[in-house]
Amino acid sequence: MRTWKTYLLLTAALTLATSPAKADLLFWSTQAKPVEETQKMRDNVLAGFGETVDYQASDGGPWLTRIQAETQAGSGTIAVLGGLHGDFTSISANLADLGAVDLGGAAVNPNFMALGQLGSGEQKYLPWMQATYIMAANKKALPYLPAGADLNALTYDQLIAWSKAVAEATGGPKFGFPAGPKGLKHRFFQGYLLPSFAESTVTKFRSAEAEQAWTKFKDLWSYTNPASTGYGFLQEQLLTEEVWIAFDHTARLADAFNQKPDDFVAFPAPAGPAGRGFMPVVAGIAIPSTAPDMEKAKALVAYMLKPETQIATLRATNFFPVVDVTLPDDMPASVKASGAAIAAMTGAADAKPALLPMGLGEAGGKFNQVYIDTFERIVLANQDVRTVLDSQAEALRAIMKETGAPCWAPDKPSEGACPVD
Amino acid sequence: MTREPAHRRRARQLTMALVILLGAWVLVPIYLLVVNSLSSPAEVNGFPKSFVPSFDTGSLGFFLGFAGVTRALLNSVLVAALTMVLSIGLGAPAGYALSRFEFPGKSSYRLLVLMTRAFPLPLLALPLAVLFIRTGLDDSILGLALVHTSLALPFAILITYSLFSGIPLELEEAAWTLGCTRLQAFRKVILPLVLPGITASAIFAFVISWNEVFAASVLTIQNRTLTAFLLQSLDVSPMPLKFAGGFVLVLPALIFIFAVRRYLFAMWGIANR
Amino acid sequence: MGSTRLPYLLLLPSVLFLGVFFLYPFALVAWEAFNRDGTPTLAHFQTMASHWKFGTALTNTLLLAAVVVPIQLGLALAMAVLVTRMTRGRDMALYVFTIPLGISDLAAGIIWLAIFEQTGFLNSMLQAVGAVDGPRIWLGYQDKATIFLAVVLAEVWRATAIMLVILVAGMGLIPKEYKEAAEVFGASPWQRFTRVTLPLLRPSLQTALILRTILALEVFAVVSALGGTNLPVLMSETYVWQFDLQDRHVAAAYAMVILGISIAFTLIILRVLHVPKEART
Repeated sequence: MRTWKTYLLLTAALTLATSPAKADLLFWSTQAKPVEETQKMRDNVLAGFGETVDYQASDGGPWLTRIQAETQAGSGTIAVLGGLHGDFTSISANLADLGAVDLGGAAVNPNFMALGQLGSGEQKYLPWMQATYIMAANKKALPYLPAGADLNALTYDQLIAWSKAVAEATGGPKFGFPAGPKGLKHRFFQGYLLPSFAESTVTKFRSAEAEQAWTKFKDLWSYTNPASTGYGFLQEQLLTEEVWIAFDHTARLADAFNQKPDDFVAFPAPAGPAGRGFMPVVAGIAIPSTAPDMEKAKALVAYMLKPETQIATLRATNFFPVVDVTLPDDMPASVKASGAAIAAMTGAADAKPALLPMGLGEAGGKFNQVYIDTFERIVLANQDVRTVLDSQAEALRAIMKETGAPCWAPDKPSEGACPVD
Repeated sequence: MTREPAHRRRARQLTMALVILLGAWVLVPIYLLVVNSLSSPAEVNGFPKSFVPSFDTGSLGFFLGFAGVTRALLNSVLVAALTMVLSIGLGAPAGYALSRFEFPGKSSYRLLVLMTRAFPLPLLALPLAVLFIRTGLDDSILGLALVHTSLALPFAILITYSLFSGIPLELEEAAWTLGCTRLQAFRKVILPLVLPGITASAIFAFVISWNEVFAASVLTIQNRTLTAFLLQSLDVSPMPLKFAGGFVLVLPALIFIFAVRRYLFAMWGIANR
Repeated sequence: MGSTRLPYLLLLPSVLFLGVFFLYPFALVAWEAFNRDGTPTLAHFQTMASHWKFGTALTNTLLLAAVVVPIQLGLALAMAVLVTRMTRGRDMALYVFTIPLGISDLAAGIIWLAIFEQTGFLNSMLQAVGAVDGPRIWLGYQDKATIFLAVVLAEVWRATAIMLVILVAGMGLIPKEYKEAAEVFGASPWQRFTRVTLPLLRPSLQTALILRTILALEVFAVVSALGGTNLPVLMSETYVWQFDLQDRHVAAAYAMVILGISIAFTLIILRVLHVPKEART
């Protein structure tokens, strides 16, 4: 009996297993992972493509493992890959050249196009959507702004004073920072903190200005909710009012503005002595060299960059377009709020745009780890700033030498590997 | 005569009190999950939290309308069922062999079985995925069930081993002298006695397969399981959906355990006679 | 059929199975830990051990296992004994005790975070009874002990049932006659438990302890939900090296360490809870 049943079950499973797979295009992505966003990507963005697209969002681990496996096996099911710039750096060799894809005249941001080459000379990925880090605050915090402070032109000193005032008034630290395992904190140090103080990400890593930057950040940290080391999406803590002032990227603040548009304000990241450092978060789309149907995959990529698709994507994910489009008036509250803050930040007189790391290849993760380790040692483990910077600078220098990556903004262009002074 | 029942009653009351206390320890967190699943987003984000749900089904409703949930549920059940059958089919004979025989290589075998469980699966997923893509097992119910079986097998082997060890060999030998073949003796005498162990193995196989997320995310694409489908995105979803999704995932596993619970101690009928 | 060949025949299917689905991928990953561009080396273990988080991760993992597993063993034994003493409602009680089995570690993390977070249920309750003025921060990075405690509670809640089920299945096999005999000789309930039940339960105790310890050494999801980056454990570091730092060699080295510790603990438990030959015949 038992064996018979087993046999039946096995046959059933094998039938299911070998049933011809539908010829859907598999869109394998690390973005739009929250269930609602995935749903919107399927229903509102990809439904208009014509072919059936199977949009699957997964964690970075399974995402990477699957691509590596398909590459090693030499055949695959993934048609299109979606991910952040950093997700692509290590799999660059397995990506098809998208240079010849006909984008139908869409004007794609040239800086992002250059990033998408991953230092290879081929168009490894096409920019897909962008976000950036901004600040958001509960309106209850506004009365505690230091005298004379302009929300749209805040400095780090004012932010610290403000957070201090709020902490003292409410009896607990109310600044929130995404320092959890899934938070993108390294981008803050690379693109915001260090450029604002040292006008550099790499070269002046251990300069006196960098030391000052970390010391300031440590000051800010004393008014930061200590549970921040578990935070990944600040919209949650804004909504629960665990924090009143928050720093995170637009897509991870969106839910707060959409749920309670009247309770929150968005504003630019603060400025340091060297300017108002900020960095884009760029997501790209790529096609693995093992894609089952290259032509259809390229058509899908081109479809993703159409202005209408880009606007639909913005509605679904809160990531902004990478092509020139005019946004309609009926955008969600989150888009309106963060759009204004981004405009104020990028258009500020002291704007100091930083680029995402370039030319690091597989070392991208280790490069980020240098900044994460620096943070954990200085701020969490309370180690001496100078000592930590000196020792982490060694690790940074080794990575730059190994990869030979030249400097990128805000560091001055270099001949050969970007130096660490 | 009068003292004895009073003493017994006190003991029974103490037992009941402890059971209720431990039951509460288990149930309260589950209850809080249910409360959050049945509350409106504003309540989930609010403070202080209410301990009574407002029966807002918006968040739960979202999952029922989520494209592909039914299919994923079916896939999960199939994978779990197959895992159960495979791990018991492969594990019970091995458990019996371990308990009844002394043979060279026995300890190496036990170590092999335990190693399976002591090595992080996410690292094994890459070579397994390559193997599956090459052999056509990729993206199939069977393929995933095979991986889950390797996770559940150590449980099946060791639990059946420890149960077979608890059954005196004399019992089996008695059946042989009464003219049973080894197989008959096993089926008629031993099997009923180890049914709880088999059930325990089945429960483990089911819940291990049901809750496994990493291999499922890598090895299934069109045939996603419910866990791969929902769980890996829950931690980044807004709070109300987090809880509703958690609830949706937990429910089928609870129903399964409820359905098989009595086989877990079918034995007691015999032991307490 | 000779009984020299029978055991091997019974083991063969599982050996073949594990050979293909475990040993083959395992060998490939293990090799990653020991080679650099094809030449054998221990450099990856050096990289791992010299990283500033390795010691903390190792200590945290061992400490968690050392605290969690004994509590779970005691609790599971208590639950099993209580259930056997019940006359009515036994089914229901055992079912309730086993419920956490069905809850994945990721889901358990979500549930316990909802309890311990600043605006969570614990603070709601404390505030309702007036024990605190405002919501207290439980999971702040300075309060490593509180985070540790929260993780212990969540793990005990989540994974005690694994041991319970194994022990209950084993307890059912203890013939009632033994207990009755002990009762006749005037043994107290505690004596009956320690002198009769526990020794006879040894095979199940062994299995339960080994499996639970191995799983405890791989603890990850609950720690990461409640502790964020504050409580690095071996498994979380394995993830970081494999997926963030994308160094498969060092990740494999971590995995080998987890495997090594697991085997060491298994051998210790096997030695301490040795099942004497007589118990098996």
